[in-house]
Amino acid sequence: MNDVLLWLNDPQNWTGTRVTPGIVAQATAHLAYTAVALSIAGVIAFPLGLVLGHTGRASWLVSVANGLRALPTVGLLILLYVMVSPLISGRGDAVYLVPTEIALVLLALPAILANTYAGVRNVSPDARDAARGMGMTGRQVLFRVELPNALPLVFSGLRSAALQVIATATIAAYVGLGGLGRYVYDGLASRDFGQMAGGAVLVAALALLVDLALSLLQRATVSRGVSGRFSRRSTRDSRSAAVTVVRPEPPRGGPDGGRSPRQATTPAAALTPSGDHPSG
Amino acid sequence: MNSENGSAPWDVFGYFADHRAEVLDLLWAHTWLSVLPVVIGLLVAFPIGWLARRYRWAYAPVVSVSGLLYTIPSLALFVVMPTLLGTQILDPVNVVAALTIYTIALLVRVVADGLAAVPEDAVQAATAMGFTRLQRLRTVELPLAVPVIAAGLRVAMVANVSLVAIAATIGIPQLGQLFITGFQLSVTGPYYPPIVLGIVLSVALALLLDRSIVLGARLITPWQRATAAR
Repeated sequence: MNDVLLWLNDPQNWTGTRVTPGIVAQATAHLAYTAVALSIAGVIAFPLGLVLGHTGRASWLVSVANGLRALPTVGLLILLYVMVSPLISGRGDAVYLVPTEIALVLLALPAILANTYAGVRNVSPDARDAARGMGMTGRQVLFRVELPNALPLVFSGLRSAALQVIATATIAAYVGLGGLGRYVYDGLASRDFGQMAGGAVLVAALALLVDLALSLLQRATVSRGVSGRFSRRSTRDSRSAAVTVVRPEPPRGGPDGGRSPRQATTPAAALTPSGDHPSG
Repeated sequence: MNSENGSAPWDVFGYFADHRAEVLDLLWAHTWLSVLPVVIGLLVAFPIGWLARRYRWAYAPVVSVSGLLYTIPSLALFVVMPTLLGTQILDPVNVVAALTIYTIALLVRVVADGLAAVPEDAVQAATAMGFTRLQRLRTVELPLAVPVIAAGLRVAMVANVSLVAIAATIGIPQLGQLFITGFQLSVTGPYYPPIVLGIVLSVALALLLDRSIVLGARLITPWQRATAAR
């Protein structure tokens, strides 16, 4: 325990030296890997989930994506690394970065896709019908009714994807990627347990912070009519009006990012546990 | 390496034939490392989940603490365990303890929700028939909560099978070791068989354990079949 505090307290470990990057640099790198993977996965999965959910077509695609989750993350990571890295020649970290980013995107896709799809599908048919009855076009129904109602589930997917990516990016240090995982594996290799456990503490802190940031973003973007959060001053009337659309937020999470039981799909589909799987 | 043994992913059977005993050892280690945390986790989570159900005020803190625990990446937990438990870094106990924590975090909520889903009529009928609280829990509430708890167990089980493999990167042998072997043999060019074998066995193990929970739950809830058949 003391070793960990000593290591965390050494300013040189934070700023780094000329040859070794410090904690600040590694944490930034870790966040950058995560942000890139989440952005790519989001750009693919979010619109796809919206369209599939809105039209109700090609739901097999969601099942396929969910099937991906049954794969062990380390296996997927190393398989992709071994497959892709020989194709990359060249300088710097690209040899590690490209294969790991592919793996991270593949891991983030299912959570975002399945939750967006389920979020849109689960919008109450009454709300959808009412919107249609008011003369909204399909596009208006999607963006003004379905999307706002689906946001809590979309966010739970995004948060579990983020956790999964952060966890797996840590493991990617094993094949040579940078980031906070470096401290865990370097500390292990050099029997420096302060560094190893210190790195682990930092990874956990990073995961908690990112989850907290996303939960604040969720709070700011999800309509109170959907989340059911009202200030004490708001009237009883607005409360009861909100009840018709309130859906309790499903759990999210997963230490390996995404296999917790809080998921969009029913727990009965355990082998394709949508939602959160700790696999990272 | 490649030219001798063949590096095609479909040479999995050849690789298995050559390393049969070793692979079976890894499979066995993987199995107990995945199953033991679920068993211990259920035993610990049950009373906590019951308390969270019995005393409503306890529910919200229990759920947020378990959500918080689930946020911690598994590798971090594996690595911090020796500091907390005073074990050696290569001790498999670290993996069991870490996965038990995740399983508890997951199941506490499942148990509380499962007990909450027991029909109030059944509980009141049992009370009216003079059941003590313990009798009621054992003979009415627990059996009726089995489907929900089993669903949670399946998620925990499948997640554990995948999480256990991560411990191979810090040197604890189980099926994840096959990924490491494949990685180390791929220095000169891709050598797929151990990696593919590891993925296949790990998915098969997850499927098998998942099925056995489904079967077990079906066996101890015969009334569900009876009502389904009607």
